[in-house]
Amino acid sequence: MKNKLGIDIPKFVEGLGNLKPYKGPFNRIRKVSKEEITQVPTKIRSSLPGRKKLINSLEKVIELSGLKNGDTISFHHHLRNGDHLLMKVMKTLDKMGFKDLTIFSSSLTSAHQNLYEYVENGVIKRIFTSGLRGELGKFVSRGKMDIPVIIRSHGGRARAIKTGEVKIDVAFIGAPSSDKEGNLNGVRGPSACGSLGYAMVDAKYANCTIAITDHLVEYPNTPISIPQYEIDYIVKIDRIGDPDKIGSGSTRLTKNPVDLVIAENAAKAILYSGYFGQGMSFQTGAGGASLATAKYLADIMEKKQVVGSYAIGGISSYMIDLYKRGLFKKMFDVQSFDKGVVSSLLNNDDHIEISADFYANPFNSGAIINDLDIVVLAAYEIDTDFNVNVLVDSHGYAQGASGGHSDTSAGAKLTVIVAPSFRARIPTVVDKVNTIITPGETVDILVTERGIAINPRRKDLIENLKSKGLPIRDIHDLRKKVELITNNPKMAEYSDKVCGFIEYRDGTILDTIKQVVEKY
Amino acid sequence: MKIKLRRTMLYIPGNNPGMLQVADIFGADSVLFDLEDSVPLSEKDAARDLVANMITYRAYENIEITVRVNPITTSCFKNDVKEIIASKNLQAIRLPKTNTPEDVSKLEELIEKCEKENGIKIGSINIHPMIETALGVENAFSIATASKRVNAITIGGQDLTADMGIAKTKTAEEILWARSRIVMAAKAAKIDVLDTVFTDINDEEGLIEETKLIKKIGFTGKAVINPRQIDPVHKVFMPTEKEIKWAKEVINAYNHGLNLGKGVIACKGKMIDPPVVKRAEKIITILDLLK
Repeated sequence: MKNKLGIDIPKFVEGLGNLKPYKGPFNRIRKVSKEEITQVPTKIRSSLPGRKKLINSLEKVIELSGLKNGDTISFHHHLRNGDHLLMKVMKTLDKMGFKDLTIFSSSLTSAHQNLYEYVENGVIKRIFTSGLRGELGKFVSRGKMDIPVIIRSHGGRARAIKTGEVKIDVAFIGAPSSDKEGNLNGVRGPSACGSLGYAMVDAKYANCTIAITDHLVEYPNTPISIPQYEIDYIVKIDRIGDPDKIGSGSTRLTKNPVDLVIAENAAKAILYSGYFGQGMSFQTGAGGASLATAKYLADIMEKKQVVGSYAIGGISSYMIDLYKRGLFKKMFDVQSFDKGVVSSLLNNDDHIEISADFYANPFNSGAIINDLDIVVLAAYEIDTDFNVNVLVDSHGYAQGASGGHSDTSAGAKLTVIVAPSFRARIPTVVDKVNTIITPGETVDILVTERGIAINPRRKDLIENLKSKGLPIRDIHDLRKKVELITNNPKMAEYSDKVCGFIEYRDGTILDTIKQVVEKY
Repeated sequence: MKIKLRRTMLYIPGNNPGMLQVADIFGADSVLFDLEDSVPLSEKDAARDLVANMITYRAYENIEITVRVNPITTSCFKNDVKEIIASKNLQAIRLPKTNTPEDVSKLEELIEKCEKENGIKIGSINIHPMIETALGVENAFSIATASKRVNAITIGGQDLTADMGIAKTKTAEEILWARSRIVMAAKAAKIDVLDTVFTDINDEEGLIEETKLIKKIGFTGKAVINPRQIDPVHKVFMPTEKEIKWAKEVINAYNHGLNLGKGVIACKGKMIDPPVVKRAEKIITILDLLK
């Protein structure tokens, strides 16, 4: 069957079950009440007075959890490239002889690229994630998984957990600090990573939750991000990760002159869009041009004495600086983008830790992103229908992450994509993206160094931005202009084999990851 | 009155493909692809090839393309000129260390030969002599008038102070006379005159101060070495509110006086004669160009 974007989606896939085709960004959300699906019943857990939760080894705690072959285990990626825990747990599971497990991580980073070895030896059978990097991404794109991976957005993952589409048997939660009963937070200890937003959902809905910490503190551990009644066992290990590797240079502003041109134009486009003003809410990614857009926007806000209501998303040190300058009143933090954010989350009442459910789940009574005014996002590729790819690279390998891209694009009143029109010799503005992560219907403006393109659906923006001295171009003209410079490089080739599915935030299938044909 | 804005000329090292690719997106009035000081000896030929190909195949938009070749005394000079002109989309060649009008003539001769060979209209490529020696400063006017192709002259502060055996300072009193001398030569020759670079890219205030100074003494633009320097320089060269108001009043008063057939026309008690009107018109023309 074909979905709304004309992409072939099978009705049933062995190992994954029935699939639903994407029918538009809000189609299923509007009708879901008629489907009469319920929030999944969670297995009742009980605890006798005096029960000891603190277990002295990973092996022992895994035994106690009742984990079986074929089960689903979950992880969070708050420590991003500095995470040590996931691989350590996998090593233990391998040693204990487990097989056919499903890895359900909020995302997988370069720290997890060797996971493919556990697919090869049969420990892992399925991977559900938001992102894939390094060798693991290549492994998947080479078609080496028997069962295709599923890529979910952060909001979509929370949805899948709450509806029971994915049942977590055991959640392994890396806890920067814990007490003996399992009150957890991410703001204390040597591996402090800030928000534990993704892990909150896992702890609530898993059959068994294990907190793994390297910083055991006197009871009670406060603030309490994840409460003890959701934690079954606690294990102390030497180190869960290295928080220095969380940030990807996101605390410093880019000096790249092309990014700065893009950012300045993006800030101007936002200024005239009709959404700039007192009380506006704002989200931006931590990439060079995205963060620089925040810088130019902040300067405009200061000049015009505009104060935003809140900033949301991944919170970086730079966003905290904007808060300190008085430009935003509150900050909602689902994941902290660098180590510098930790002390703010601990000490500032206006800096609020939120779960992925609260942040972006389309199937609850109001995620914050539904109220978001402006989001600034990056793109690997964007096509002339404004569809965006942030997952598959120009060689055809999955080397990125869905993250909150499609969630925020759907929720925000104004979605601005900032991207250079080409990188090195590879065009960013293309006729057709490799893989759609965010449907063009939810994208409003593309800002490149060679012009700004407005989605023709947004007649209001076209009207608001005209005659403002901005380099507005039709996206097809922009595409042609890029083609003049880069010509048409030979793109990656794919076979028909499906290696992965891109699940939209509402649980329907948006696109596929195809097997890359490697010939040189 | 035909004015081409040349407030900024952005230096792009000729051996930097990344920067060459994006040279036209920063809003500079001109770009200057450099084959001289920013290119090490071992990369001279590679940079020349790269720049020539970029000019040929890369569709630069709305920007004046100029190339700084190596000095006339070097072995690179001839090949630089030949290959760059063969790229066809060139507007001007900047000649570094121009000491005498004969230097300009030698370049002109070579340009003409290359124009013929490549089927380019004779006289279409301009020359921007760069004056950066004491001898060059003394010869400024004869250099500025050595050829019809010379439509701008420039000063190179670093080499000039080196040639004078003194240090180049931030406040640059040491080159004030040379700057004034070169401006006067350009004004006498009725061509543009561009100032030397401001090397501290993190000192925006210093850049603005220097630009205000050089605008005051008569420079029409300034070379810049980083895209971040473009906006501050453009802002300084933007006519001020006061200048715009004055220009409009002068033009109105002048037209009104002409209509009444007056011989002597005054605006707010001050006599306005043709040079004053011309200056007012120039301000309005610049304003129109910037719209």
